[in-house]
Amino acid sequence: MSDLVLSSIRKSFGTVDVIHGVDLTVTDGEFVVFVGPSGCGKSTLLRIIAGLEACTSGDILLDGRRVNDVAAADRGLAMVFQSYALYPHMSVRQNLSFGLENARMSKAEITQRVGEAARMLRIEELLERKPRQLSGGQRQRVAIGRAIVRRPGIFLLDEPLSNLDAELRVAMRGELASLHKRLAATMIYVTHDQVEAMTMADRIVVLRGGRVEQIGPPLELYNRPANRFVAGFLGAPRMNFLAARPAGRDLILADGTRVPVAVDLAPVAGQDVTLGIRPQHLRPADGGGIPATATLVEQLGSETVVHARSDALGALIVAVPGQVRLADGETVHLAFDPADAHVFGPDDRALPHVETAGA
Amino acid sequence: MTGIAESGGVLRFLTRRRNEGRIHWTDVATWMWLISGLILMFGPVIWLGLSSLKTRAALTEFPPTLLPLATKEVRVEGFANPLPLFVVKLEDGTERELAQVRRVGIRARMVDPADPTKTFDVPIEARTAVREVSPAWENYTEPLQRFAFVRFFGNSLFVTIVATIITLIVNSMAAFALAKYQFRGRGAIMAFIVSTLMIPLSVILIPLFMVINGLGLFNSLWGVILPTVATPTGVFLLRQYMLTIPDEMLEAARMDKASEWQIYWRIILPLTAPALAVLAIFSVMWRWNDFLWPLIVLSRQELFTLQIGLSSFAGELNVQWHYVLAMTFVTMLPVVFVFGLLQRFITTGIAGTGMK
Amino acid sequence: MHLLLAPVRWLMHLIGVPLGWVQRTFGMGGMAAVFLAPNLLVFSVFIVFPIGVNVWYSFTGGAALFPAGRVFVGTEQYDLLLACDSYLDPFSCRQDRFWKGVHNTAFFVVAQVAAMVAAALITALVLNREIRGRGFWRAVFFFPVLLSPVVVGLMWKWILLRDGALNALLVSLGYQRIEFLTDPQWAMFWVIFVSVWAHLGFYALILLAGLQAIPHDVYEAAKMDGTPAMRVFWRITLPLLWPTMLVVLVLASIRAVQVFDDAYVLTGGGPGTATFFIVQYIYETGFAGAARNLGLAAAASMLMALVLVVLTLAQLGITAWRDRQEGKR
Ligand SMILES: Nc1ncnc2c1ncn2[C@@H]1O[C@H](COP(=O)(O)OP(=O)(O)O)[C@@H](O)[C@H]1O
Ligand SMILES: [Mg+2]
Repeated sequence: MSDLVLSSIRKSFGTVDVIHGVDLTVTDGEFVVFVGPSGCGKSTLLRIIAGLEACTSGDILLDGRRVNDVAAADRGLAMVFQSYALYPHMSVRQNLSFGLENARMSKAEITQRVGEAARMLRIEELLERKPRQLSGGQRQRVAIGRAIVRRPGIFLLDEPLSNLDAELRVAMRGELASLHKRLAATMIYVTHDQVEAMTMADRIVVLRGGRVEQIGPPLELYNRPANRFVAGFLGAPRMNFLAARPAGRDLILADGTRVPVAVDLAPVAGQDVTLGIRPQHLRPADGGGIPATATLVEQLGSETVVHARSDALGALIVAVPGQVRLADGETVHLAFDPADAHVFGPDDRALPHVETAGA
Repeated sequence: MTGIAESGGVLRFLTRRRNEGRIHWTDVATWMWLISGLILMFGPVIWLGLSSLKTRAALTEFPPTLLPLATKEVRVEGFANPLPLFVVKLEDGTERELAQVRRVGIRARMVDPADPTKTFDVPIEARTAVREVSPAWENYTEPLQRFAFVRFFGNSLFVTIVATIITLIVNSMAAFALAKYQFRGRGAIMAFIVSTLMIPLSVILIPLFMVINGLGLFNSLWGVILPTVATPTGVFLLRQYMLTIPDEMLEAARMDKASEWQIYWRIILPLTAPALAVLAIFSVMWRWNDFLWPLIVLSRQELFTLQIGLSSFAGELNVQWHYVLAMTFVTMLPVVFVFGLLQRFITTGIAGTGMK
Repeated sequence: MHLLLAPVRWLMHLIGVPLGWVQRTFGMGGMAAVFLAPNLLVFSVFIVFPIGVNVWYSFTGGAALFPAGRVFVGTEQYDLLLACDSYLDPFSCRQDRFWKGVHNTAFFVVAQVAAMVAAALITALVLNREIRGRGFWRAVFFFPVLLSPVVVGLMWKWILLRDGALNALLVSLGYQRIEFLTDPQWAMFWVIFVSVWAHLGFYALILLAGLQAIPHDVYEAAKMDGTPAMRVFWRITLPLLWPTMLVVLVLASIRAVQVFDDAYVLTGGGPGTATFFIVQYIYETGFAGAARNLGLAAAASMLMALVLVVLTLAQLGITAWRDRQEGKR
């Protein structure tokens, strides 16, 4: 249970710059998720925190102490690897106690800690088995157990669930969240899966190309994405992006439709902008709105996902709660609440919303 | 419809010969090769084994007998020593088994073992010895007692075991560094180690002999052991294997506060066990069979390894083949034993690594 | 097992103490050095340094063992070795034994490698078929590889003696005895035969691995076309196996150049110098007898090393080429 400060962290491998100056503060007990597309530097950043990789410049502070030059083993952190990295020749018990033995802990204490972790993760019957005799989910628990017994200041987890099948992944997600509560531990969790990020995080750090795009609680990022990338990355199905041009307080779309938005458009008057609207915020309207042709209707039961096309605007996705009867090829008119619209300027940054009395 | 079915049948008929039906000439050739291989490969070894159990006298016989035979002897009442038994063709044309009391010129005096009072006087061509299988175990026991073969065996064992242990440790350490550390000059060191493959021991005999002398290791088993322990093949094989161990495993261990030395012996060594086993088997084979280098380093007989002892014993003017054959068999035995135990492992290991 | 490991653990622990200090003081780089040190030390002392000394020795004369007592004589030793009226006739050379050894070795390399590759290839082809008990047959051909040259030499000597098993067989078939080991031609034949016998299994295994790497469907396609067995061999198997064959050729040549121990035990280099090879020349010139001449032996080994380096570079080249070919596929 520690807090962590990263300031201006940069990292290059040879001539390739991978991290371009990251600043971040993680407070005690927080669950922080690094999310971003593959190759954006999440693992590298995590490994820099762990001490497995040295940063090229910048400072890493643990509980206020600069730890750039402290070896990984001495930072008091624990890491769960994507491949689990269990020692294949050791039993589960030995896997758990290896680190404690290295720290010269007494036998009794080791037994006690291993037992406690095993109970917490429900792997007591597996203690004498070798990793290859375990299922994927069980290996995952052992890998987490290996971190727990160490009672680390911060848990570092690098895509720990990505090797599990979908069902197990959901179950483990819940378990990890409850484990976080029970241990009241600081956790930094890396994933490329925005659902994991949304469901587990206290705060999400969205990374792209080695830069932080936005930091904040999940809903804040969902409701007020700072830029087009974050808006598109979080939420499923993906946000619709439509080219538009400001006209007073409204936007004119490529097909000439005029739509009102609750965004201050003054700074971008006369420039090309992008309208962003989540599929869940579009709804079929009786008249007016944006005309489009339904090309594919997916009935999920709880909601209906409509893939639509408009010649001028391209593809659109609409998610309507409940079951909507709609045939392929039918024309729909789509409308949305102006408050739900996001507008991104030519630099892809989101424009601030205005609190209109009417909306 | 029927046309298609018929042509299918014709096709099957035409191809059957090749698949299951008649025997192709290549099948005959295959089995001829295998059978002659079996005879040629095992024949000499079996012949060696059988010959090593023959008495000195039996070894000088030509043509030799297949089995170690010796003339059967019987105890006859009234004679102190056992007498050799013969089948004798008597003048009346009957054949009887008689024991020979003594031979005088071209005649022999025989006695009926069942009835010692009956004696016969027969020409020596009329009798043939009755022989039975009787292994001459003294071929094995005597040289082991009288000559220093137990000592040679011990020396060979010492050299083989110690050299193999050192080989495994020294080479696995280097392989670890070359597989899992990034440092300047790594490629150069690797290339350097591999390039020494080009220079076998037989090329540097003279300067190596000088080095061994300079270090005071002439006439010392350590002089046999040390020059052989850093094998480029060993480093190469182990490094290739270690490259397959994921780096994450080492990082996990580092996070677990393991020191680099601990990582080496508690993580890397156990995980490299299969490759270490292959190297161990080869090292045992190499060191047990070494000949030229020990021949140069060891000149005192009590330090001889089995191979040197055997060849010097066989090279003596008056070759005592009955002992030589037995000791050759003894020398071969450990290797055959190991091979019998680990046959599959060895052959797949060789095919995989191409080393010898 | 645990009891057995206890002292090992304890020892490793003990070694770990100073190494822990090294790691703290010099970091990972220091540890890399520690792990490399023993190997490089042995390498340097017993391989690299001797290689250098060998070069120096080949330019010196005298009877002294240590470099300090040796006098520089320039290329005298090489001149002596290479002094020949005709390189085709060893007896026109000043070092006639050396040249006899060169001739014998050259003949041996050509004949033995050819015989070896042919026999190993046939064996590999046979072992690659669907035969019952494949593991057993593989072991049959491989087993002599493990025997020591001394054992192999003595075993065959016992068979080939004047009163040996082979002559007994000849006599029983109604032929005359043959002096296998005291007739120069026969002696060379048997040295080659025995050496093929002893090493055949090793090369057969490598070729077998090469054969097994040839995809099965190629053969099935040929079968569908009704290709005759010999044609399959010449047009499919051999071309696809060729890279492995090259490696085997070079490996076998490298070993053949160094022929010594099994031949030495079998014939002692005789009769006369009929089976006298270069390594025996180096050994006898450098170590055996009163008139030992280290400089001359070193020069001879330099000449041999030259051949080996060329062969090894050829092998490395072939291996690299083969890897590239495989990469292309
Ligand atoms: N050891 C390395 N050497 C060179 N480039 C690396 C190394 N590790 C990672 N990279 C590069 O850094 C970038 C970020 O990698 P990583 O942090 O693993 O991404 P991810 O977000 O998928 O975890 C990638 O482009 C990767 O190719
Ligand atoms: Mg990653």
